[in-house]
Amino acid sequence: MTSYEDGITGAAKPGAALPKPKREVIYRHAALVRLTHWLNALAIFVLVGSGLNIFNAHPQLYWGQKGGELDTPFLALQAIDAPGGMRGQTVIGQFHFDTTGVLGVSRQAGELSARGWPDWLTIPTYTDLADARHFHFFFAWILVLNGLAYLAWGLGSRHLRRDIWPTKADLKSIPRSIWDHVRLKHPTGEAAKRYNVLQRLAYLGLILAVTGMVLTGLSMSPGIDAFANWLPQLFGGRQSARALHFVFASLIVLFIVVHLVEVVLAGPINEVQSMITGRYTVPREHD
Amino acid sequence: MALLTRRQALVGSLSGAGLLLAGCGQIFQGDALTGNPSFLRVLAAAEGWTRASQRFLLGGGALAQEFKAADISPRFKANGTLNPGGDDYDRHVEEGFANWRLKIDGMVAHPLSLSVAELRKLPARSQITRHDCVEGWSAIGGWTGTPLALLLKAAGVLPGAKYVVFYCADNLDGEPSKGGEQGPGQYYESVALVDAMHPQTLIAYDMNGKPLDVAHGAPLRLRVERQLGYKHAKYVQRIQLVSDFRRISGGKGGYWEDRGYEWYAGV
Repeated sequence: MTSYEDGITGAAKPGAALPKPKREVIYRHAALVRLTHWLNALAIFVLVGSGLNIFNAHPQLYWGQKGGELDTPFLALQAIDAPGGMRGQTVIGQFHFDTTGVLGVSRQAGELSARGWPDWLTIPTYTDLADARHFHFFFAWILVLNGLAYLAWGLGSRHLRRDIWPTKADLKSIPRSIWDHVRLKHPTGEAAKRYNVLQRLAYLGLILAVTGMVLTGLSMSPGIDAFANWLPQLFGGRQSARALHFVFASLIVLFIVVHLVEVVLAGPINEVQSMITGRYTVPREHD
Repeated sequence: MALLTRRQALVGSLSGAGLLLAGCGQIFQGDALTGNPSFLRVLAAAEGWTRASQRFLLGGGALAQEFKAADISPRFKANGTLNPGGDDYDRHVEEGFANWRLKIDGMVAHPLSLSVAELRKLPARSQITRHDCVEGWSAIGGWTGTPLALLLKAAGVLPGAKYVVFYCADNLDGEPSKGGEQGPGQYYESVALVDAMHPQTLIAYDMNGKPLDVAHGAPLRLRVERQLGYKHAKYVQRIQLVSDFRRISGGKGGYWEDRGYEWYAGV
């Protein structure tokens, strides 16, 4: 097997171009990594948007097997009548926050209306549980099949073992890596040819969060629950699974924000190009 | 050539941004796609994948989880129609549903017409199950009723029958829109024979040990555990065995199905 297809394993020729080290380009991302990356990005984009639309059908979260309008939620995005008109309120436990305009009450087609998440965050923009569910379940299948393809390939090709799983040396370098990230100092030269420990932990975390997302999603299915009672129980019940589905989604969104910021900081053209063509220009060492 | 004033430039760029955002909604948030029938057909394929995979997993007739009496929701939200109303139904309420009939017809060897009292004399099943609404909430309730399989066996399902259609007393005509446009319409539902014959599928008459109240579907409602709440038709008057439901009402097999929701509601 050639190292050519092994994810980020560099194909640099040692010593070959030493006299004039101009621009070193390595083959960083295998075709399957690139394909699954973009499919995953599309699926998660649609799933988050349609998920928030579905959430709007009942913008409350509970813990346990059951929970509904007549029970006490631990999180609610609600509309309340106030002297000056309708106000949006976010309730977390006993704390109430006025979030008019964004959460609970926001403008839709110019008019203030009661909706958990605002229209600029949901897919589609208008509240429609049926349409949102069609989007959600179609892209959930894409996410699962795409994720399974990635994991199967990642295990078979040792991409996960080699590029994602942190080594002992990686774990020891966590404090230094954090300090590098804080100073926005990005690895160059040889160090830039492999994922640093925080990248490895972030990608591993994303794999776990998406897995949690899928399992909590399946826990909400009455059909799957009949097949596997233990699945919702694993998360504390169907309503807890629904709440955790939201928590995992938040973690994934947090990952995406950090991921995009890092792409911009590390050089967006080179980074995006490497995820399209596979070819990555190694940043030169500063001296 | 007139120069733009600062105000005009500001207003212009703001409305431009507004248009851009509206365009984002049309393109990136899928609004432009939901009106496209071929796109919707692509999305709808997922329902087939879900149904096929759940049929495969649930092939052995797996039972929905049953709970303890202590788990029962103190207040079980009644959803959809809370009272069908109308002279007919009001009279049944006054009579304590003594004259309510459940008809079973269509592709059966022996059409049946049963009173609630007659149903109560048949072997019954009680189960405490979790009711999962498509909106996202859940409630746990105890149900007692006649297994539908028993009624269907008594009626003798003819070969070729594939679906069981439930006709209800409630008409949701005029209810405020929920999840899209809402037309006049009698509530109805349908399930596949395999779900109809499942041991937990009941024509329920008791909820939490008491006769069903009006809000929860008196005098008879369907319990089809393993699917979402809208499949659990309330105020059931007639059960019809058919080979195909395309010619019934909107043709999608149920009131909410005709309004865009999945026919197979296992997810």
